[in-house]
Amino acid sequence: MSDETPNPEKELSGQNLPGQRGDHGEEVRVQRGMFGANNGGDTSGYGGLVRSVRLPGPAARPYGGWFDEVADELEGALEEQGLLPDNAIEKTVVDRGELTFHIEREHLVRVARTLRDDPALRFELCTGVSGVHYPGDKGRELHAVYHLRSLTHGRLIRLEVSAPDADPRIPSLTAVYPTNDWHERETYDFFGIVFDGHPALTRIMMPDDWQGHPQRKDYPLGGIAVEYKGAQIPAPDQRRSYS
Amino acid sequence: MSTEHASPRETTEGAVYTVTGGDWEEVVQSAAKADDERIIVNMGPQHPSTHGVLRLILEIDGETVTEARCGIGYLHTGIEKNLEYRTWTQGTTFVTRMDYLTSFYNETAYCLGVEKLLGITEQIPDRASVIRVLLMELNRLSSHLVCIATGGMELGATTIMIYGFRDREMILDLYELITGLRMNHAFIRPGGLAQDLPPGAVDAVREFVKTMKKNLPEYDKLATGNPIFKARMQDVGYLDLTGCMALGATGPILRSAGLPHDLRKTDPYCGYENYEFDIPTADTCDSYGRFLVRLEEMRQSLRIVEQCLDRLEPGPVMVGDKKIAWPAQLALGPDGLGNSLDHIRKIMGTSMESLIHHFKLVTEGFRVPAGQAYAAVESPKGELGVHVVSDGGTRPYRVHFRDPSFTNLQAMAAMCEGGQVADVIVAVASIDPVMGGVDR
Repeated sequence: MSDETPNPEKELSGQNLPGQRGDHGEEVRVQRGMFGANNGGDTSGYGGLVRSVRLPGPAARPYGGWFDEVADELEGALEEQGLLPDNAIEKTVVDRGELTFHIEREHLVRVARTLRDDPALRFELCTGVSGVHYPGDKGRELHAVYHLRSLTHGRLIRLEVSAPDADPRIPSLTAVYPTNDWHERETYDFFGIVFDGHPALTRIMMPDDWQGHPQRKDYPLGGIAVEYKGAQIPAPDQRRSYS
Repeated sequence: MSTEHASPRETTEGAVYTVTGGDWEEVVQSAAKADDERIIVNMGPQHPSTHGVLRLILEIDGETVTEARCGIGYLHTGIEKNLEYRTWTQGTTFVTRMDYLTSFYNETAYCLGVEKLLGITEQIPDRASVIRVLLMELNRLSSHLVCIATGGMELGATTIMIYGFRDREMILDLYELITGLRMNHAFIRPGGLAQDLPPGAVDAVREFVKTMKKNLPEYDKLATGNPIFKARMQDVGYLDLTGCMALGATGPILRSAGLPHDLRKTDPYCGYENYEFDIPTADTCDSYGRFLVRLEEMRQSLRIVEQCLDRLEPGPVMVGDKKIAWPAQLALGPDGLGNSLDHIRKIMGTSMESLIHHFKLVTEGFRVPAGQAYAAVESPKGELGVHVVSDGGTRPYRVHFRDPSFTNLQAMAAMCEGGQVADVIVAVASIDPVMGGVDR
């Protein structure tokens, strides 16, 4: 196979092709080929497949339900503190009945404190932080995802913060939600995100002197091939992949 | 403090790193030099009272614990990473092994997350949801029984241990009847269930409810009013509501602080809003309160199990969408549970399309639209949350579990510091951590 793609992306919106998210959404990666066949020798033709991976993009008002109320209250409360909401909130995504605020990392602590303390918001419980690594999302490869629950109002929202691989720093939320202590250590351990202001950011799952951060996409799964009588099954990360 | 890292040693197999436990030796030596009375005790990771491989690092002054820390990670198995290399359906086989005492909760939470991503939450058949609730509530009983049994054993109360495991055995027999396995079921699948209840299961569960109603008061008789039991448990492992909120503690720990927060009521899933049950609370904030809450929750679970049996209507247990529903049909053969011979005869003998369909779904799996979702269930230990991310492929892009044991274990220091060494065991037992869930 040559490097030239027989299927330029604009043709993908053709009517005979499987449904795509089209132009909406944010492209985080372009997937080429199938079955992991990308180093020549592919006679199936699948090597020419091109698929752009798009995550849901920003939503427009009204968000629906209590989402508008939370967004209004948050923006109002930030304005009262002299912080322009547009500077703090990168975008607001509504997808699958869930509300996500993408927050600029330097304002994360302020936003979280506001969400916790404002009587109309009252997100008292943080369920920790989950990391996601998007190597194809240039300049914002590492994402930290927080789910906040309000017991007072019975609501759940998501905060998402991103940092580039070159500068993997995100402020720690342990001062606002002490429960994030171990969660941030776990995310540091697995993704290498450095949570500034964490009291003792050390590895928690892997041994202290482990090298690398195992949940990153550039860290291999490892594993060995399994031999059966007359057949050898490759290690899980060496098997062909359909996506 | 040593800042050395393990240096690589070249061998014929490649670089070999000898991994050691960091600066532990130095910490011990410097601590021993500083004070005669102050000692540091390493409890675990192989101590029988630490629920698996939990390592407690206690700084002790006489009999008083001045500082307590947890060392975890000894049971880390990389389940979240492994999930990224299997299909969405294969995921249940992994997650069921995380917190191995609450398998059905792991499976349900994961499946609810996947179903939310697929947008088929509304299409899950009623029968599948009812059976999920039935299994989860049986699971709550078996998990609490282990907690109470091992918690009692750690106090030296072996009778309550025998009682607990006796009753749990009956529940494991039900699991075996329904799913074929006593643990690690992988029975709840994205879209529904692996298969329907076998004949005789409803009667067996009814029989169990009858027996369990007779057995549950025995725990009251044995422990609830027992002066020794109370003396060991009361005012031990104290954590009030403020502490719970700050440390993110949920489940019986939060309810023993008086807040009736339960996701089954506040954020219902699987049709929990249609069942009648109460959320028990205590106001003592201590281990004894947690014991009482767990005991009462078992009674409420029995109530829900009975309601499940009454609500069971004949019907499918998998979504109708053939692009998602697992095509294999299982049947009990002479050599155990396996593929149904009728199904194999059909796909191999008469229907080429069914064979292709079966092959595609089983080897390739279904595609899940790109995006992320969070689903949470109230496990016996607290809020079990799962954050699933898809990139539109047939495998998860990222799955993260917020395991309640992991979060609740952080409260250990707050519960133990300033108390007696012997009370550490009581406090940890009242958190009910399962290391399979903590370390994943």
